[in-house]
Amino acid sequence: MIRLEGINKTYYNGSPLHVLKGINLQVERGELVSIMGASGSGKSTLLNILGILDDYDSGDYYLNNVLIKDLSENKAAEYRNRMIGFIFQSFNLISFKNAMENVALPLYYQNISRKKRNILALEYLDRMGLKEHAYHLPSEMSGGQKQRVAIARALISKPQIILADEPTGALDSETTQEVMDLLKEVNREGMTLVVVTHERDIAMQTHKIVHIKDGIIGEIEMMK
Amino acid sequence: MWDIWQEIWGTIRKNKLRTFLTGFSVAWGIFMLIILLAAGNGLKNGVKSQFSWRAKNSLMMWPGRTSIPYNGLPKNRSIKFRPGDPEYLKGQHEQIKYILPVIEHRGDTLSVGKEYTYSSMVGVTPDFPKSRNVEVKSGNGRFINEADILQARKVVVIHDRTAEVLFRHVSPLGKYVKVNNILFQVVGIYSDDNMNQSPYTYAPLSTIQIIYHPEWSYDSFDMLIDGVNSVKDNEILERKIRESLGRIKDFSPDDNNAVYIWNILTNYLQTQGIFNGISLFIWIIGIGTLIAGVVGVSNIMLITVKERTHELGIRKALGARPSSILKLVVTESIVITLFFGYIGMIAGIGITELAASYLSISGGHMGRSIFMNPTVELPIAVSATAVLIVAGVLAGYFPARKAVKIKPIEALRNE
Repeated sequence: MIRLEGINKTYYNGSPLHVLKGINLQVERGELVSIMGASGSGKSTLLNILGILDDYDSGDYYLNNVLIKDLSENKAAEYRNRMIGFIFQSFNLISFKNAMENVALPLYYQNISRKKRNILALEYLDRMGLKEHAYHLPSEMSGGQKQRVAIARALISKPQIILADEPTGALDSETTQEVMDLLKEVNREGMTLVVVTHERDIAMQTHKIVHIKDGIIGEIEMMK
Repeated sequence: MWDIWQEIWGTIRKNKLRTFLTGFSVAWGIFMLIILLAAGNGLKNGVKSQFSWRAKNSLMMWPGRTSIPYNGLPKNRSIKFRPGDPEYLKGQHEQIKYILPVIEHRGDTLSVGKEYTYSSMVGVTPDFPKSRNVEVKSGNGRFINEADILQARKVVVIHDRTAEVLFRHVSPLGKYVKVNNILFQVVGIYSDDNMNQSPYTYAPLSTIQIIYHPEWSYDSFDMLIDGVNSVKDNEILERKIRESLGRIKDFSPDDNNAVYIWNILTNYLQTQGIFNGISLFIWIIGIGTLIAGVVGVSNIMLITVKERTHELGIRKALGARPSSILKLVVTESIVITLFFGYIGMIAGIGITELAASYLSISGGHMGRSIFMNPTVELPIAVSATAVLIVAGVLAGYFPARKAVKIKPIEALRNE
């Protein structure tokens, strides 16, 4: 599903910072993978490259056998829209849209009619157990509810992979487990997930843990 | 397409204050511009109307007393306009198209039965309406004609207000008016836009001559001039008229008191010069106001886009194309400027039209006002609004383009 071959990334903010130094990684369809590393290890950069939110300097990145390299803005937008679902630590819901509208937003960029979008969004919210909160604004919901809205939003466009950046970072321990259970359930239904985290007990719940340190992949732990 | 409106409506509804502030600066810019231009136009129209009772290409000339000894003759001699002078002057100066002698007898009492009013009897020739804005509307009889002059008929043309005072609701045509114990038959009723003076009563020149000026002299000449369009040419013509009249009446061409000349065109041109200056000034201020509005819109759009960077980043992460984000921001900017620009325009036009109608109603009581019809032509109002809208679009476009170029991760970090 994901194939990274010799990915290099250097940031040029003042002095050059070589963040990723030849990353090779493979993620199979249906896998639930976690990436662990200290801050500054390059794990967030790696996730951004995986999510086509950032580009890379050299190497090759294949997503579902499509080479993701030197894409135009429009092409990148289209791939993000159709192949990738994002879950962020800070939820990144649009504050003035209600839960249903937030969930429906990716479909707006697929030119799906409003009516159809909203029906689908309600369906996904229902799966997340949030049907009665469909018309609430993000500010009227708890952190766990917000993250579940974000998960629904990530799922609605039926992407190839879901990328989660510290999905439980802003949640208390009880909600954290709820969200992890939800992600595992999504994975059981066949979705490929890559979770970036620094919490060991989160990583322990995935199939394999990829340790990243100083821009190179170290140990890969297989779980189960 | 409907969806983008939903998106925009959503944003506007959630950002009422910001929308209102943007809109207000647009509406205010347009409103002030229209008010300013209308005030300028009102002033201009008002002054133009001060000239409207006379044809603009005319000279008025009346005799005075010499102030310079000339040809061995002493000063302080009184000059008289005599029959034959008009024909002589016309022969001397090809620019004079018409020369209309006038005799004015002030303070006459006009009465019909118990009703009476005061008026000045003015002896005129049939060409008189060419020089003054005196109109006999159809159905109101006729003006003085050649036969009246030749036979020195005792006929008068009265003002419509005089007619109302003397005859109330009866048609005065063919009826008789007593003027200082002499009966005159009313042959016509005239109208003019003269509101503040007691209206004149017109009679044949010859009749007035016989009754009031048996020594055969005229009180003034109205001259219609052709082909003299600049202030300088007018001064030259005035000088030449003084010269040729001075030759037959023995006064110096430098003697400005021997005959007085009032040149409507020169006056008009000078006043118009002043008003063109005022117009220019008003335009400069107006454009300044417009620029202030544009800057206001740009400022707020800049803040808006900055404020929305995070949201736009989310949209990009979810698959929004750069063009769709650009479209979203620019369309919102257009909608706001269009809507509020329209409100400002309507409010401005509304206020000016209200002022105009108030002035035209009160004009009847207060006399001729320095302000008249203070309105702006619709094309100007519309194009000013269009300028502001275009500016609003550009104001939204540039920050939006910048926002679109930011990588989604940077936008997402921006919280």
